Amino acid sequence: MSQQETISVQKSVSAKKMIRRKKRKSNIYGFLFASPWIIGLLLFYAFPLLASIYFSFTTYSILQPGEFIGLDNYKQLMNDDIFWKSVYNTIYFAILFVPLSIIMGVSLAMMLNMKIKGMAIYRTIYFLPTLVPHVALAVLWMWLLNPGFGLVNGFLDTIGIQGPAWLGSETWSKPSLILMSLWGIGQAVVIYLAGLADIPQDYYDAADVDGANWFKKTFHITLPLLTPVIFFNLIMGVIGAFQQFTLPYALTQGSGKPANSLTFYVMYLYDNGFKFFKMGYASAMAWILFVVIMILTSIIFITSKRWVHYQGK
Amino acid sequence: MKKKSIQKLVAHICLIIASILFITPFIWMVSTSLKPITQVFTFPPEWIPRPFQWSNYLDAMQYIPFFTYLNNTVIITVFSTLGVVLSCPLIAYSFSKLNWTGRNALFFITIAVMMIPGQVTMIPLFLLFNKLGWVGTPLPLIIPAFFGVPFYIFLLRQFFLGLPDSLMDAARIDGAGEFRIYWQIMLPLAKPAVLAVGLFQFMGSWTDFIGPLLYLTDEASYTLSLGLQQFQSQKGSEWGLMMAVSTMMTLPVIILFFFLQKTFINGITFTGIKG
Repeated sequence: MSQQETISVQKSVSAKKMIRRKKRKSNIYGFLFASPWIIGLLLFYAFPLLASIYFSFTTYSILQPGEFIGLDNYKQLMNDDIFWKSVYNTIYFAILFVPLSIIMGVSLAMMLNMKIKGMAIYRTIYFLPTLVPHVALAVLWMWLLNPGFGLVNGFLDTIGIQGPAWLGSETWSKPSLILMSLWGIGQAVVIYLAGLADIPQDYYDAADVDGANWFKKTFHITLPLLTPVIFFNLIMGVIGAFQQFTLPYALTQGSGKPANSLTFYVMYLYDNGFKFFKMGYASAMAWILFVVIMILTSIIFITSKRWVHYQGK
Repeated sequence: MKKKSIQKLVAHICLIIASILFITPFIWMVSTSLKPITQVFTFPPEWIPRPFQWSNYLDAMQYIPFFTYLNNTVIITVFSTLGVVLSCPLIAYSFSKLNWTGRNALFFITIAVMMIPGQVTMIPLFLLFNKLGWVGTPLPLIIPAFFGVPFYIFLLRQFFLGLPDSLMDAARIDGAGEFRIYWQIMLPLAKPAVLAVGLFQFMGSWTDFIGPLLYLTDEASYTLSLGLQQFQSQKGSEWGLMMAVSTMMTLPVIILFFFLQKTFINGITFTGIKG
């Protein structure tokens, strides 16, 4: 073996050592920097998640340890009228609100995207309602929709329509909630606007050369290329709709009146857990919600391959 | 060309109508907050308060212990925002710029955790905080922020991934320690994203309702959200005063928005496009 070779072997050994030492060092620091989250993950996510599964099979409450009852909580839920009422209310809200918010949000964003003067002002105006704290929003809309002295019925009166009792009416309480939720779609409008800005002008220029009209350009260029953003807002919208709590709670002081027409799923869950202290029962409700949200999200994800178009793909 | 200007005109008309619909509730809120009680209950409604009753604001602050609630809200908001801003970028940096065994697996778990609805962990968490003796104090609304929030970690990681490694490597050659590289070089570069995350947390904390509802059992520890809700359930017809409280609660957020408009818009856009 020549001297040179010996040196190169020695070199490679020390290089390997250095790489190993470097790897160990980056392992230590990486782990160290992530350690708050590792603790947080275990303490605030992993442990509660497992505990919640267990509780859902028990009669646990804060007052007594509770006993293991298998699937009884789940069986009992299936025969609980208020449970089904809350499911109905939640689905009713989601089915109407999510599509309406997408249609309204996309239309507003498309109009704003027409290189219109005062775009920044319009955008600010649509965004402002999203800044109102939800309890304040609830109180404000209770007043706007006040049957006797509210602005909405005052306006309807001037055009000769007698307004309904809104939040006081079993039929109109959920539409009222949808109305006030639509007031807060500004955040989605901002996201749609960013999505629209990402569509290259070339596509429209090419369509112009081919003599495509507005209708064709909207349905063959704008909307297909906006589908990734619609997809995002659809998922967030569905998840948010199923977790609706603060607005209906604040509107009804937690009672879900009239006639439980504003008792939403999470409100009933909260009642069971923290008013009736049926924490096992409430945990079972939480797991049903979790599974339903997972299924819905998966369905949206699976079908997205058919209707979501990514640029350049 | 003419067709285009007609299109724009139609768009302007639609946008103006929508703007009126979006802005009217605000004007109505402020207008009611300044009306004497007799004028609140007039039909059809009137817009201009006669006279401007500024004392509604003073009355509202006495009806509810406004400054106590404000103080509680500010404490929770400031400390939870501080917690998020200290912990999340550090964790995100470790997930994006440092190589360590198990990193990708842990990041995958972090993403999965984002899917868990808060209601699932709500009850065991309450019991945990109850065991610790924290129920009735603002601690459950502050301390977890110091241990990272998955959504923010995810957003910041995406941002860090877009930053070049060359600066870190150069600093390493110069002999800078790992923490110094993070604190003095990488964190300042991530300022826009950190600001956006801080803003999200500030907003979330300021307007949070279910958290205070669960943990703040003592009236002296109530936040503004909780205070307004309670006020509403007790004095449901004092619309002038309630609108005054609502206005005072919304105003700080709106002021913040006008100062940090870019951060707001960019933060939300980043969420929607990268998320």
